[in-house]
Amino acid sequence: MNINLTLIGQSISFLFFVWFSYKFVWGAIRTAMDEREKQIADGLDAADRAGRDLELAQEKATKQLREAKLEASGIIDAANKRASQIVEEAKDVARTEGERLKAAAEAQIEQDVNRAKEQLRSQVAKLALVGAEKVLEASIDESVHKDMVDKLAASL
Amino acid sequence: MAGESQSTVGYIQHHLTNLTYGKLPAGFERLDESGHVHEVLSQDTWTIAHSGAEASAMGFMAIHVDSMLWSIGLGFLFLVIFSRIAKRAHSGVPRGAQNLLEMIIGFIDQTVKDGFHHKNAMIAPMALTIFMWILLMNTMDLVPVDWIPAFMGWVTGNPHFFFKVVPTTDPNVTLGMGFTVFGLMVYFTIAKKGFMGFVKELTLHPFHSPKWYVNILLVPINFALEAISWISKPISLGLRLFGNMYAGEMIFILIATMFGAGLVLGIFAGVLQWAWAVFHILVITLQAFVFMVLTIVYMATAHQIEEEDQFH
Repeated sequence: MNINLTLIGQSISFLFFVWFSYKFVWGAIRTAMDEREKQIADGLDAADRAGRDLELAQEKATKQLREAKLEASGIIDAANKRASQIVEEAKDVARTEGERLKAAAEAQIEQDVNRAKEQLRSQVAKLALVGAEKVLEASIDESVHKDMVDKLAASL
Repeated sequence: MAGESQSTVGYIQHHLTNLTYGKLPAGFERLDESGHVHEVLSQDTWTIAHSGAEASAMGFMAIHVDSMLWSIGLGFLFLVIFSRIAKRAHSGVPRGAQNLLEMIIGFIDQTVKDGFHHKNAMIAPMALTIFMWILLMNTMDLVPVDWIPAFMGWVTGNPHFFFKVVPTTDPNVTLGMGFTVFGLMVYFTIAKKGFMGFVKELTLHPFHSPKWYVNILLVPINFALEAISWISKPISLGLRLFGNMYAGEMIFILIATMFGAGLVLGIFAGVLQWAWAVFHILVITLQAFVFMVLTIVYMATAHQIEEEDQFH
């Protein structure tokens, strides 16, 4: 139980060890730990931010979807309207064209009928004349009775 | 019977004597084992003490080789391991030893932050050193008391070779640390408050009067009280650790004396030693922790400037 130089030896080693652990142990470990703490904090922040970003993106996406739907329905409406318009127009065109064709055909028919009538008339006149010639046996002078026969033919 | 008790006393004394290297004064009579004068020194001699009496005769000019060897060896063990891991420390996922180290450092950092609110980068490493070093030195107590002394006796060929393995059962070691803490306290007090601040702290507390002539009367009283409170800090610090470890070591030694007394007592002693070792783990850790916390508290007091104003 003697107090001796050991006391001083212990003091010196104690101070040396404190200095050594300050210089070579504490700083390095503490730096590593602080860095990690910062990294973790940053990571958590980033995760938070990512979550918020995701939320925003989802919101944006739904908004865009809604807008797109609205636009699409608008386009469909316009297309429908346009289609019915085109149909109407086509109907109009067809109707007028039909009427025009019908009118042309009627005119043609009338012309043909007239022409046939004309021919018929001239034929009838000729036939009547031939017939009358046969009946009358030259009793009738063509030049004398022509007017009468023509009148007859015209009345047909 | 007398011889047996004598050998038991001798056994205990042997276990409590340090391996001392020191200066024997001229004219000292060295005795051999049978108690006869073996040699009379003609001049001051630096030598290894062969008995407790020689060690005492060496006085202050002696050094406990075993205490120093174990304390410095364990200190280096701690610092070499820690600094090697610290060198490889990285901020990625910590593994194995780094994990353990960070646990210890985190725990000590928290303790320091709780008790010490000033700016001083030395305090935390000092707390770490105190905790780990004292813990390692105390842990030597768990090594069965006869193993290392017997081994050293075998190595040196001298069965009476003194070799204590628990440095903290040497009051020189514990008081050495206590007084170093005390020195640092004084140093930081003066560094923080100036020399006059230190003097004021010693003389104007706890009693203080606004009238100077009353103060002059109070100064000696204050100084006496403050001096006791200051000097009691390192002594209580050192003696608390020493007392706990010495008592624990003593009980281990007493238990060990039972090993020679027959089979039944031997087995009983084995059980006792085991139980005491388990309990002692608590003491070992607690004492290291207490020393560290008190050091932190003392350092905080040394740094505290506002204290003076609280009295007004």
